[in-house]
Amino acid sequence: MFERLRRRFGRRPKRRSNAEWVRDLAAADSHAITDLRAELLRGVRIVLRRRAPAKAEDLAEDFVQEAVLKILDSLDSFRGDSRFMTWAQTIVVRVAFTELRRKRWENVSLDGLVDERPFEGLDAAGDAAVSETLSERNAAGLLRELMQSELTEKQRTAIEAVMLHGMPIDEVARRMDSNRNALYKLLHDARKRLKEGFEARGLTLEQLLDD
Amino acid sequence: MRMKLTRTVIKAILEAVFATQPVEIGCDECFEQVHRFAEMELAGEDAASALPLVQSHLERCRDCREEFEMLLAALRAVAGNNSPK
Repeated sequence: MFERLRRRFGRRPKRRSNAEWVRDLAAADSHAITDLRAELLRGVRIVLRRRAPAKAEDLAEDFVQEAVLKILDSLDSFRGDSRFMTWAQTIVVRVAFTELRRKRWENVSLDGLVDERPFEGLDAAGDAAVSETLSERNAAGLLRELMQSELTEKQRTAIEAVMLHGMPIDEVARRMDSNRNALYKLLHDARKRLKEGFEARGLTLEQLLDD
Repeated sequence: MRMKLTRTVIKAILEAVFATQPVEIGCDECFEQVHRFAEMELAGEDAASALPLVQSHLERCRDCREEFEMLLAALRAVAGNNSPK
Protein backbone atom coordinates (compact mmCIF):
# COMPACT_ATOMS: atom_id res chain seq x y z
CA MET A 1 0.00 0.00 0.00
CA PHE A 2 2.76 2.42 0.98
CA GLU A 3 4.54 1.62 -2.26
CA ARG A 4 1.42 2.39 -4.28
CA LEU A 5 0.84 5.67 -2.47
CA ARG A 6 4.46 6.65 -2.89
CA ARG A 7 4.26 5.94 -6.60
CA ARG A 8 1.01 7.83 -6.92
CA PHE A 9 1.99 10.92 -4.99
CA GLY A 10 5.75 10.84 -5.14
CA ARG A 11 8.22 12.11 -7.70
CA ARG A 12 6.98 12.53 -11.26
CA PRO A 13 8.52 10.02 -13.67
CA LYS A 14 11.38 11.47 -15.65
CA ARG A 15 11.06 11.52 -19.42
CA ARG A 16 14.05 9.80 -20.93
CA SER A 17 15.41 9.20 -24.39
CA ASN A 18 16.35 5.66 -25.36
CA ALA A 19 20.00 6.32 -24.59
CA GLU A 20 19.10 7.74 -21.19
CA TRP A 21 16.96 4.73 -20.32
CA VAL A 22 19.74 2.32 -21.21
CA ARG A 23 22.39 4.39 -19.44
CA ASP A 24 20.36 4.85 -16.25
CA LEU A 25 19.18 1.26 -16.03
CA ALA A 26 22.64 -0.10 -16.77
CA ALA A 27 23.84 1.99 -13.85
CA ALA A 28 21.01 0.54 -11.70
CA ASP A 29 19.71 4.06 -11.08
CA SER A 30 16.93 3.62 -8.54
CA HIS A 31 14.78 6.41 -10.00
CA ALA A 32 15.04 4.84 -13.46
CA ILE A 33 14.00 1.44 -12.09
CA THR A 34 11.07 3.03 -10.23
CA ASP A 35 9.99 4.84 -13.40
CA LEU A 36 10.32 1.67 -15.45
CA ARG A 37 8.20 -0.24 -12.96
CA ALA A 38 5.53 2.45 -13.01
CA GLU A 39 5.34 2.45 -16.81
CA LEU A 40 5.23 -1.32 -17.03
CA LEU A 41 2.50 -1.48 -14.41
CA ARG A 42 0.31 0.80 -16.50
CA GLY A 43 0.72 -1.48 -19.49
CA VAL A 44 0.34 -4.82 -17.74
CA ARG A 45 -2.78 -3.68 -15.91
CA ILE A 46 -4.46 -3.32 -19.29
CA VAL A 47 -3.62 -6.95 -20.05
CA LEU A 48 -4.77 -8.18 -16.67
CA ARG A 49 -8.00 -6.23 -16.50
CA ARG A 50 -9.03 -8.07 -19.63
CA ARG A 51 -7.58 -11.47 -18.80
CA ALA A 52 -7.66 -11.88 -15.02
CA PRO A 53 -9.57 -8.93 -13.56
CA ALA A 54 -10.06 -10.50 -10.11
CA LYS A 55 -6.34 -10.85 -9.51
CA ALA A 56 -5.13 -7.96 -11.62
CA GLU A 57 -3.38 -5.92 -8.94
CA ASP A 58 -1.52 -8.79 -7.28
CA LEU A 59 -0.46 -10.38 -10.54
CA ALA A 60 0.58 -7.05 -12.03
CA GLU A 61 3.18 -6.50 -9.32
CA ASP A 62 4.59 -10.02 -9.79
CA PHE A 63 4.77 -9.77 -13.57
CA VAL A 64 6.41 -6.36 -13.48
CA GLN A 65 8.98 -7.58 -11.01
CA GLU A 66 9.92 -10.46 -13.31
CA ALA A 67 9.89 -8.25 -16.39
CA VAL A 68 12.18 -5.66 -14.79
CA LEU A 69 14.74 -8.36 -14.07
CA LYS A 70 14.54 -9.62 -17.65
CA ILE A 71 14.88 -6.10 -19.02
CA LEU A 72 17.90 -5.33 -16.86
CA ASP A 73 19.44 -8.62 -18.00
CA SER A 74 18.84 -7.94 -21.68
CA LEU A 75 19.64 -4.24 -22.08
CA ASP A 76 22.38 -5.23 -24.53
CA SER A 77 19.82 -6.69 -26.89
CA PHE A 78 17.87 -3.43 -27.23
CA ARG A 79 18.83 -2.15 -30.67
CA GLY A 80 17.09 1.20 -30.48
CA ASP A 81 14.74 0.56 -33.41
CA SER A 82 11.71 1.57 -31.35
CA ARG A 83 11.12 3.59 -28.23
CA PHE A 84 12.72 1.92 -25.26
CA MET A 85 9.39 1.74 -23.45
CA THR A 86 7.71 -0.02 -26.38
CA TRP A 87 10.41 -2.68 -26.28
CA ALA A 88 10.05 -2.96 -22.51
CA GLN A 89 6.27 -3.37 -22.79
CA THR A 90 6.70 -6.32 -25.18
CA ILE A 91 8.69 -8.03 -22.43
CA VAL A 92 6.11 -7.52 -19.70
CA VAL A 93 3.30 -8.61 -22.04
CA ARG A 94 5.26 -11.79 -22.84
CA VAL A 95 5.88 -12.44 -19.13
CA ALA A 96 2.20 -11.94 -18.32
CA PHE A 97 0.88 -14.16 -21.11
CA THR A 98 3.37 -16.92 -20.41
CA GLU A 99 2.27 -17.08 -16.81
CA LEU A 100 -1.46 -16.69 -17.51
CA ARG A 101 -1.32 -19.51 -20.04
CA ARG A 102 0.62 -21.70 -17.65
CA LYS A 103 -1.98 -21.18 -14.93
CA ARG A 104 -4.90 -21.72 -17.27
CA TRP A 105 -3.57 -25.01 -18.66
CA GLU A 106 -1.74 -26.32 -15.61
CA ASN A 107 -4.17 -29.20 -15.05
CA VAL A 108 -4.23 -30.39 -18.65
CA SER A 109 -1.80 -33.08 -19.72
CA LEU A 110 -0.77 -33.51 -23.31
CA ASP A 111 -1.43 -37.25 -23.10
CA GLY A 112 -4.96 -36.68 -21.87
CA LEU A 113 -5.56 -34.01 -24.47
CA VAL A 114 -4.58 -36.04 -27.49
CA ASP A 115 -5.78 -39.35 -26.07
CA GLU A 116 -9.01 -38.92 -27.97
CA ARG A 117 -7.41 -38.96 -31.38
CA PRO A 118 -10.21 -37.54 -33.47
CA PHE A 119 -8.52 -38.40 -36.75
CA GLU A 120 -7.96 -42.01 -35.85
CA GLY A 121 -10.78 -44.34 -36.65
CA LEU A 122 -11.86 -41.98 -39.38
CA ASP A 123 -11.62 -43.97 -42.58
CA ALA A 124 -10.58 -42.47 -45.87
CA ALA A 125 -14.18 -41.81 -46.80
CA GLY A 126 -14.60 -39.84 -43.61
CA ASP A 127 -17.11 -39.94 -40.82
CA ALA A 128 -20.61 -38.90 -41.76
CA ALA A 129 -20.86 -36.93 -38.52
CA VAL A 130 -17.89 -34.83 -39.50
CA SER A 131 -19.39 -32.91 -42.32
CA GLU A 132 -22.19 -32.72 -44.74
CA THR A 133 -20.78 -32.76 -48.23
CA LEU A 134 -18.81 -35.46 -49.96
CA SER A 135 -15.82 -33.19 -50.50
CA GLU A 136 -15.69 -32.30 -46.83
CA ARG A 137 -15.80 -35.95 -45.83
CA ASN A 138 -13.02 -36.64 -48.28
CA ALA A 139 -11.06 -33.67 -47.00
CA ALA A 140 -11.24 -34.95 -43.43
CA GLY A 141 -10.29 -38.46 -44.53
CA LEU A 142 -7.39 -37.23 -46.64
CA LEU A 143 -6.17 -35.01 -43.86
CA ARG A 144 -6.18 -37.99 -41.53
CA GLU A 145 -4.38 -40.10 -44.12
CA LEU A 146 -1.69 -37.47 -44.67
CA MET A 147 -1.24 -36.92 -40.96
CA GLN A 148 -0.55 -40.62 -40.60
CA SER A 149 1.75 -40.97 -43.59
CA GLU A 150 3.61 -37.65 -43.66
CA LEU A 151 3.98 -36.56 -40.04
CA THR A 152 6.01 -37.85 -37.16
CA GLU A 153 4.24 -38.77 -33.93
CA LYS A 154 5.54 -35.57 -32.37
CA GLN A 155 4.22 -33.46 -35.22
CA ARG A 156 0.81 -35.13 -35.05
CA THR A 157 0.61 -34.54 -31.33
CA ALA A 158 1.60 -30.90 -31.70
CA ILE A 159 -0.85 -30.27 -34.56
CA GLU A 160 -3.70 -31.85 -32.63
CA ALA A 161 -2.90 -30.04 -29.38
CA VAL A 162 -2.55 -26.62 -31.02
CA MET A 163 -4.98 -26.75 -33.92
CA LEU A 164 -7.71 -28.97 -32.54
CA HIS A 165 -7.60 -28.29 -28.84
CA GLY A 166 -6.35 -24.72 -28.88
CA MET A 167 -3.50 -25.34 -26.47
CA PRO A 168 -1.00 -22.47 -26.62
CA ILE A 169 2.29 -23.27 -28.34
CA ASP A 170 4.10 -22.29 -25.14
CA GLU A 171 2.23 -24.92 -23.20
CA VAL A 172 2.68 -27.69 -25.76
CA ALA A 173 6.38 -26.86 -25.88
CA ARG A 174 6.67 -27.01 -22.10
CA ARG A 175 5.14 -30.50 -22.10
CA MET A 176 7.46 -31.67 -24.88
CA ASP A 177 10.59 -30.32 -23.16
CA SER A 178 10.95 -27.93 -26.05
CA ASN A 179 10.51 -24.19 -26.43
CA ARG A 180 8.04 -21.97 -28.22
CA ASN A 181 10.29 -21.15 -31.16
CA ALA A 182 11.27 -24.76 -31.79
CA LEU A 183 7.67 -25.88 -31.55
CA TYR A 184 6.54 -23.25 -34.07
CA LYS A 185 9.17 -24.57 -36.45
CA LEU A 186 7.99 -28.15 -35.85
CA LEU A 187 4.42 -27.06 -36.67
CA HIS A 188 5.62 -25.16 -39.72
CA ASP A 189 7.39 -28.24 -41.00
CA ALA A 190 4.25 -30.32 -40.35
CA ARG A 191 2.04 -27.85 -42.24
CA LYS A 192 4.52 -27.84 -45.14
CA ARG A 193 4.45 -31.63 -45.35
CA LEU A 194 0.66 -31.73 -45.31
CA LYS A 195 0.46 -29.02 -47.97
CA GLU A 196 2.93 -30.90 -50.17
CA GLY A 197 0.89 -34.05 -49.64
CA PHE A 198 -2.28 -32.41 -50.88
CA GLU A 199 -0.45 -30.77 -53.78
CA ALA A 200 1.13 -34.08 -54.80
CA ARG A 201 -2.42 -35.37 -55.19
CA GLY A 202 -3.29 -32.37 -57.31
CA LEU A 203 -5.71 -30.99 -54.73
CA THR A 204 -6.33 -27.33 -54.00
CA LEU A 205 -8.01 -25.81 -50.98
CA GLU A 206 -10.97 -24.80 -53.13
CA GLN A 207 -11.44 -28.35 -54.35
CA LEU A 208 -11.31 -29.68 -50.83
CA LEU A 209 -13.80 -27.19 -49.44
CA ASP A 210 -16.20 -26.54 -52.28
CA ASP A 211 -18.60 -29.05 -53.59
CA MET B 1 -10.96 -33.64 -23.43
CA ARG B 2 -13.25 -34.75 -26.21
CA MET B 3 -12.86 -32.95 -29.48
CA LYS B 4 -15.37 -33.24 -32.24
CA LEU B 5 -14.13 -32.78 -35.76
CA THR B 6 -16.53 -30.15 -36.96
CA ARG B 7 -16.65 -28.59 -40.41
CA THR B 8 -15.23 -25.42 -38.91
CA VAL B 9 -12.26 -27.25 -37.41
CA ILE B 10 -11.46 -29.15 -40.61
CA LYS B 11 -11.77 -25.96 -42.65
CA ALA B 12 -9.51 -24.04 -40.26
CA ILE B 13 -6.83 -26.73 -40.39
CA LEU B 14 -6.95 -26.96 -44.19
CA GLU B 15 -6.76 -23.19 -44.53
CA ALA B 16 -3.77 -23.09 -42.20
CA VAL B 17 -2.09 -25.88 -44.16
CA PHE B 18 -2.61 -24.23 -47.55
CA ALA B 19 -1.54 -20.82 -46.19
CA THR B 20 1.85 -22.27 -45.23
CA GLN B 21 4.79 -20.42 -46.74
CA PRO B 22 8.13 -22.05 -47.60
CA VAL B 23 9.87 -19.59 -45.30
CA GLU B 24 8.27 -18.40 -42.09
CA ILE B 25 10.01 -16.74 -39.18
CA GLY B 26 9.65 -18.30 -35.74
CA CYS B 27 8.35 -16.79 -32.52
CA ASP B 28 11.80 -15.56 -31.47
CA GLU B 29 12.37 -13.55 -34.64
CA CYS B 30 8.86 -12.17 -34.42
CA PHE B 31 9.44 -11.12 -30.83
CA GLU B 32 12.66 -9.35 -31.81
CA GLN B 33 10.79 -7.17 -34.31
CA VAL B 34 7.27 -6.88 -32.97
CA HIS B 35 7.91 -3.72 -30.95
CA ARG B 36 8.94 -1.95 -34.13
CA PHE B 37 5.94 -3.40 -35.96
CA ALA B 38 3.62 -2.18 -33.17
CA GLU B 39 4.99 1.36 -33.29
CA MET B 40 4.51 1.51 -37.05
CA GLU B 41 0.98 0.23 -36.68
CA LEU B 42 0.17 2.84 -34.03
CA ALA B 43 1.69 5.56 -36.19
CA GLY B 44 -0.61 4.56 -39.05
CA GLU B 45 2.28 3.32 -41.16
CA ASP B 46 2.12 0.21 -43.34
CA ALA B 47 3.81 -2.19 -40.95
CA ALA B 48 2.67 -5.24 -42.92
CA SER B 49 4.52 -4.09 -46.05
CA ALA B 50 7.61 -2.98 -44.14
CA LEU B 51 7.89 -6.18 -42.11
CA PRO B 52 6.01 -8.83 -44.14
CA LEU B 53 7.51 -11.80 -42.30
CA VAL B 54 6.31 -10.42 -38.98
CA GLN B 55 2.86 -9.84 -40.47
CA SER B 56 2.85 -13.38 -41.82
CA HIS B 57 3.90 -14.83 -38.48
CA LEU B 58 1.23 -12.88 -36.60
CA GLU B 59 -1.39 -14.27 -38.99
CA ARG B 60 -0.27 -17.84 -38.31
CA CYS B 61 0.75 -17.87 -34.66
CA ARG B 62 -2.15 -17.42 -32.25
CA ASP B 63 0.14 -16.94 -29.24
CA CYS B 64 2.15 -14.14 -30.82
CA ARG B 65 -0.96 -12.51 -32.27
CA GLU B 66 -2.65 -12.51 -28.87
CA GLU B 67 0.38 -10.85 -27.30
CA PHE B 68 0.67 -8.35 -30.14
CA GLU B 69 -2.96 -7.30 -29.80
CA MET B 70 -2.53 -6.84 -26.07
CA LEU B 71 0.71 -4.95 -26.62
CA LEU B 72 -1.15 -2.52 -28.88
CA ALA B 73 -3.81 -2.06 -26.21
CA ALA B 74 -1.16 -1.46 -23.56
CA LEU B 75 0.74 1.01 -25.74
CA ARG B 76 -2.42 2.91 -26.57
CA ALA B 77 -3.17 3.14 -22.86
CA VAL B 78 0.23 4.52 -21.97
CA ALA B 79 0.49 6.75 -25.04
CA GLY B 80 1.23 10.33 -24.27
CA ASN B 81 3.81 9.50 -21.68
CA ASN B 82 6.33 8.13 -24.14
CA SER B 83 9.43 10.13 -24.70
CA PRO B 84 11.07 10.44 -28.11
CA LYS B 85 13.75 7.97 -29.20
